[in-house]
Formats: sequence, structure tokens, C-alpha cells
Amino acid sequence: MEKIITGKAYVLGDKIDTDQIIPAEHLVYSLSDPEEKKKYGQYAMSGVPLNEAGLPEGKKPFINGDNWQSEYSIIIGGSNFGCGSSREHAPFAMQVAGVKAVIAETYARIFYRNCVDGGFLIPYESYEKVNNRIRTGDELEVDVKANLVKNLTTGETILLKPLGDVVSIIEAGDLFTYARQSGMLAG
Amino acid sequence: MGMTITEKILAKSAGRDRVTPGESVWLNVDVLMTHDVCGPPTIDIWKREFGPEAKIWDKEKLVIFPDHYIFTANSHANANVNKLRQFAAEYNLPNYYDVGTSRYKGVCHMALAEEGYNVPGTVLFGTDSHTCTSGAFGMFSTGVGNSDAAFILGTGKIWEKVPESMLFTFDGEIPPYLTAKDMILQIIGDITTDGATYRAMEFNGDGVMSLPISERMTLTNMAIEAGGMNGIIEADALTEAYVKARTSKPYEIFKSDPDAKYVAKYRYNLATMEPLVAKPHSPDNRDTVRNVQGTKLTKCYIGSCTGGKLEDFIFAARLLFGQTVKVPTFLVPASTWVDSQLDVETVNGVSLREIFQKAGCIMGESSCAACLGGPSDTFGRAQDQEVIISTTNRNFPGRMGSKKSSVYLASALTVAASALTGVITDPRDVM
Repeated sequence: MEKIITGKAYVLGDKIDTDQIIPAEHLVYSLSDPEEKKKYGQYAMSGVPLNEAGLPEGKKPFINGDNWQSEYSIIIGGSNFGCGSSREHAPFAMQVAGVKAVIAETYARIFYRNCVDGGFLIPYESYEKVNNRIRTGDELEVDVKANLVKNLTTGETILLKPLGDVVSIIEAGDLFTYARQSGMLAG
Repeated sequence: MGMTITEKILAKSAGRDRVTPGESVWLNVDVLMTHDVCGPPTIDIWKREFGPEAKIWDKEKLVIFPDHYIFTANSHANANVNKLRQFAAEYNLPNYYDVGTSRYKGVCHMALAEEGYNVPGTVLFGTDSHTCTSGAFGMFSTGVGNSDAAFILGTGKIWEKVPESMLFTFDGEIPPYLTAKDMILQIIGDITTDGATYRAMEFNGDGVMSLPISERMTLTNMAIEAGGMNGIIEADALTEAYVKARTSKPYEIFKSDPDAKYVAKYRYNLATMEPLVAKPHSPDNRDTVRNVQGTKLTKCYIGSCTGGKLEDFIFAARLLFGQTVKVPTFLVPASTWVDSQLDVETVNGVSLREIFQKAGCIMGESSCAACLGGPSDTFGRAQDQEVIISTTNRNFPGRMGSKKSSVYLASALTVAASALTGVITDPRDVM
């Protein structure tokens, strides 16, 4: 686990559902084939309505052209981030595109579990609404030990909720590594 | 302090006398279900993590239904089904229901019920968010992702946080113009799409217990649309009869204690409720059909695990009998069994299928179809700026295909009434 995550923010609204993160038509690609895997990065966030893509102005694509990696590595969301489908393809697509962390007010249960158990990215909860305090393109620095995010563009610092029970899985890397380290799984 | 039905089932699964909401426990899983979208990546993760000698913890407890992207020319989608097929053959899996064979069943949540995998008092996990549907059978069921499913596949275990419970009571007899879809849209509108996050949604009252099994499944199916971890209805004589007709597996009936703790209780009187819709683009964007009546439609859709069950088609047939639809109306039975019943069930002595054919409806093959968009050749998929009324369970932007489309969610009665007029129509006006 990286202790300091730096990168550009990509800001979204409330209820970013898994169909917006990776639309159903793209779920047909293999997640383990190295070439097909890139499709997930290429289509990550492609279901977000144009006006809500990259707030506050919107109309900022998460991925440029045919690229499969984004210039943005920290997603800022609102409430109920990741609601909808159980598709683990959603945090997977975000990871393929280069996302390291999401900061949102609240998460849907399955998406949150998938981020943690699959070891794709860190789902941080904020104490209050943050998607109106950060703009798409702002340079951020997330301190994972101190649970805070510094906005290097504005100088503002925002405290994040501690990761709680799941921190040991996040630190291990994923559920399987955690289970091996804790003796639940052999090897 | 007493326990809720959810807490009792989880305590049994965890091998404990009791569990408390908020604590994390390791559960022993009774059934793991997967399908063509999430099965292949689950298998890959399982092989990666458990090695070339990986063993399935219990082949009898693994159930696989291709259902999402199957009637398509998309080669990648077909490759997913091929992968399931090879996996089932390699491991000699008893519970694989291949498309293109007589074993094919249709949508997984319906198939779990019909094939006797839903058993009161048990714990079922599935790689689909609507796995909560099975809670209609007095069992714990919820959706997980590929990594959790792979962990279960190798160990039979999963960690879960015990949910707090919310109670939703419906009093009275359901009027002929309402269905379970109106009941759940009422709740989701009240508590919003995250009102039940990491919580159990328990449904009771004479208004719930007088519903047929498939209507109860509509309530539990859409628990996830309020963020619910599981939806649950205590098993009664109707549940027992349904289960006994399909499996000889032993079951245990749990009931919530009178002094069980709920974080919230909601009570509804069915006599005062109205037909409802969820407007674009969220299942909690509730309104009455009256308030949006007259909205011009380009398509009507009856199908999915929440709205393509036999009762939904009976509701629709009653309104469509002897009439023709004004806009393209797509019907997709949720299961092959439901499809077969369209020839058996009648309204006024005419089979449902004949009623739909004479009404000009377009019939699709049992599957998830356009409920979630999918490949471009998916039956009934939303195109461009369509305005659709649908019995499905989600209307997020682009969910049925086109990002520019608008989807209204409603009961099969409201969809059928709207199909007859071409505009959103209150079923009371055409009954």
C-alpha cells in the first residue's frame, strides 16, 4: 500500500453507479487477458453523463481518445458512490485506468467491498461533502497514514474518516493476502 | 434482547448463539451462485489464488446460470459462456445450466427459486447485486464481487458485517391496481437509494404475507436499489409448499423475536397507496403515475428478475386482452418456466401468449436482455433518445443501453396500461 498518493482529481456528483463507471456493454472483455484488460481502462467512467463528467464545469473526459490510462488518479465523489451492480469490473476498470483512491461521502456496500477485497483502490470516506470543494484537475496528496488529503492547488487540507476494520485488508493488499497472513488460508 | 430473522440466520451460519449488528463474522456459505458476466473472472481469481491444484470447496453448493449476455453475436460475450462451459466440464459440475440445452433456465434469481436452491434459514451468496431476491424465502442472500466469490469458491467462507435491520410493514389487502412493484417503489422513494446501505430490509404484515411468492420476490429483489444488504420475508406455509415441491433439502424456519431491535420501522396502508413510477434516472426518483401521466413513450418493456415473472405477465394480459399496443412493446419472460406458462395460463379462456401476440407485443427469449443494456444486438435495448417505461429494477443513466434514453420504472400493470395508449397511463383508467 502506498502511504502517500499524489495525483490529479477527477470530480463527480452523487450516485455514481457501476453502470456509469463501466457500462454493461463492455463487461464482455476478459479481465485476465492483458490486451482485453486495457479495454476496461479505455471505457472507465464512459457512462457518466457528459455534463457531469469532471465537475464543476463538466464535459471533461476521464480518458482522452483511445488511451486506456487517465491523467486523473484520484476520484472525488458524493454520496452512494458505486451503487448498483455487483460487477467487480467497476473498481477493476478504475484501477486499470490508473485510479489509486476514491474520496466520497458514502459508498454502496458491494462496490466498497470489491475495492478492498480485490485490492483495487482505497475507498476513503469524508466527514462532509467534498465534491464541491475540489475541482477537476486540482493536484492532491492523500496521506494514508494520517487520513487526510491536501489540495496542493488551493492549499486546503481535508480530514478523512479512518479506514476502520478493513485497514488490515487494505494494508495486506487484498483479501487473499490478508487471509494467508492471518493464517486463515494455507501458503 | 431478541434477534431479527437476519441475525438468527447469520448466527447459525457463523456457528454462534447470537450475533450483534456491526460486528464482522466469518460465515459458512450454503450456496454460491454465479453467471456469465462474473463467473469467468471469479474462476480466474480462484485459479490465481488457490493454484493449479485448486479445489472447489463443495461442487454441490456451486450453481452457475448463463443469463446476462447469451443471445448475442458478440464474440467476447460468447467466449465468457464458453469459459463457463469448459469449467463445468473440467470439474464435472452438477449444477451448471447451459444455454442452448434443455437445462437452460433463464435469469439466475428466478432459476435459483425454481430449481430448489432457495431454502429457508440458509445463506446464499451470488455475484449479482440482485441475489437479495432469494430473501423472499426466509433466507439470507446477498450479492458480492468476483474476489469474494473466488474466496468462497475455495473456502466456503466469507467475512461479513452483521447488518442492522429495518422493518417495513404493509397492512391490508392489496388493491387490484397495485402490485409489489408499487410497494417497493414507495419504500425506495421514502428512504432513497442509500437508505438501507449495509442493512437488512425485512418485510412483513398481512399485505406482504398475502402476496404470491413471485410478488414477494419483487420486494426482496429491489432491496439493493435502496442499498440494502439483503431483503427478507419470513417463511410461511406458502413458502414451505413452494420449497417442498422443488427440493427435499432440510430447512429451518427462523422468525424475528417480538423484541428484536430495528433501526427504523415503516408502516404502510395498502388501501391508501397509488400506482407509482421511478422517473429518470434513479430508482428513488418516485412519483405517482397520475403526476406523470401523458408522458409520450417510444417503447414499453416487461421483463427482468423483478418484472418478468408469471404474475407480471398475468397482470399485463388482463389489460392487453382483446386490444393492441400503440408503441413497440417488448416482453421477456424471466425464466424458461415462465415462458412455458404463457401457453398454460389463461385470461378469459385465452392463453397469455395468444393475448400478447394479438396485442402486437414482441416476445424475446428468457434472459436478462435489455434490463442492463449489454452488447449492441441485445433484444429490446434502448436506442438514442428513447423514452421507455419498464418493469426492470434500475433506471440509472444508460442502464438499458443508450445514455440519452430516459427510463421510467413501473409495475407490469402500469406498463401494460401505457402500452395501450402510448403515453404513461394509470392502470385504474383502463381496468
